[in-house]
Amino acid sequence: MRHNHQLALVDSNGGGVQSMRDEIADIFEQVLDRPVAITDDTDIVEDLGMDSLGVMNFVMAIEDFYDLSIPLDRVAQIQTVGDLIRAVEDLKNGNAA
Amino acid sequence: MTILAKHAGYRQAYDALLAHGVDPLNVRFDSVLSPTEGMLDGRRIILLGTNNYLGLTFDAECIERAVEATRTQGTGTTGSRVANGTYDGHTRLEAALADFYGRQHAMVFSTGYQANLGVLSTLVGRGDHLMLDADSHASIYDGSRLGMAEVIRFRHNSPEDLYKRLRRLEGVPGDRLIVVEGIYSMLGDTAPLKEIAAVKRETGAYLLVDEAHSLGVLGATGRGLAEAAEVEADVDFIVGTFSKSLGSVGGFCVSDSPDFDLLRIVCRPYMFTASLPPGVMASTLEALKTMRAQPELRTSLMRNATRLYDGLSAMGFQTGPEANPIIAVSMPDQNTAGVFWKMLLDSGLYINLAVPPATPANASLLRTSISAAHSLQQIDRALDIFADVGRKLGFLPSGRRRAAGAL
Repeated sequence: MRHNHQLALVDSNGGGVQSMRDEIADIFEQVLDRPVAITDDTDIVEDLGMDSLGVMNFVMAIEDFYDLSIPLDRVAQIQTVGDLIRAVEDLKNGNAA
Repeated sequence: MTILAKHAGYRQAYDALLAHGVDPLNVRFDSVLSPTEGMLDGRRIILLGTNNYLGLTFDAECIERAVEATRTQGTGTTGSRVANGTYDGHTRLEAALADFYGRQHAMVFSTGYQANLGVLSTLVGRGDHLMLDADSHASIYDGSRLGMAEVIRFRHNSPEDLYKRLRRLEGVPGDRLIVVEGIYSMLGDTAPLKEIAAVKRETGAYLLVDEAHSLGVLGATGRGLAEAAEVEADVDFIVGTFSKSLGSVGGFCVSDSPDFDLLRIVCRPYMFTASLPPGVMASTLEALKTMRAQPELRTSLMRNATRLYDGLSAMGFQTGPEANPIIAVSMPDQNTAGVFWKMLLDSGLYINLAVPPATPANASLLRTSISAAHSLQQIDRALDIFADVGRKLGFLPSGRRRAAGAL
């Protein structure tokens, strides 16, 4: 059985898009194991060179960190970091897709 | 630019294999001789990758029943049961499946793929929640896309992750359906079904188990993982296929759900496709009977599987976590796997080359599937060929490197 890595991050509970972007950048770095610079326009697949497995691991790490599940149809709509931030904020606020 | 240019990425990966003289999607047998042997370019080949778990494809009685049904009822039904009616074979096959599983209801589909498409897209709908193991078969993912339910993926074989995700849904309306597989088709690992059943009970979800690769393989009477794990009462729906242990083609779903027959008027992949031909149903019925009457087939199957698994593991190959009739050897990368696969084939051994995106964790695998019909000599010959190719490629790692469960 494979074990996916657990993230050692602590949810800040702090609000704000900036802090969420920082948190997401940290998660990217843990999953990719290298430093990354991201903006809202960063394309997760194109700019960060993630394959489908990388994306799945990354999405699961995001889900763990924010204690939510991103439905697959929602995952499919996420292309940029900005899309991801909006999806996480929507789901945190209990808004459906 | 052609309309298919969008898939060029797949072509690239495939071309890389072709450049090594490897064409896994284009193996053309001259003929298939038996459940365990075929002819390829005039040479006799051992088949060790055809999911023919009980070796019933050449069973004399199964063939006889198929011939008889074809002679008396024709080659096909030429349409769906909705339009062209139900044949005696459909009714008898459904009754036999319900009886075998000890369930109230059974429904047959034209393929196992369609069984998953139909059942998953119909049991849950808009506002419901479909919980899929991340390593689910393509037919499960495709079924989830055909329906309107929200699809949530949990970590492979992790009841903890599943529980966490169901807990997050607390207070959210809608049915929850958990979908797992008895034996996962790439690595041959089983679901931790006892633990998953406990999560199901605690969270009030429904549970569906796809026993495609475990029917006739696991459990005291061959009903699959639910029987082996002693949680059949917790499993609301079982889906399976006739194309592996039962040696034909087709799929099914069994259940005790009281209004199960509603599926027959709302399930599109059941309603809008031609039903199984009489010959197929007749051989399937006979194979089911043989499977029940001959538990020794399962004993031979597990004996062969264990022999291959132990042999490969002892050589130092990295295999999956369990000795099941699917045994996958892990390769470092796609091209090495391709070359290894080609050399096995050239040495007279046919197995499956499994590469991303069809594999979990982007693994490159040499996937074997074992049959009760293999002789011990064939298993030993397969081991010799693996050892020989492994040595030629300088591949066999020294010492005992295989960590239990690592892959």
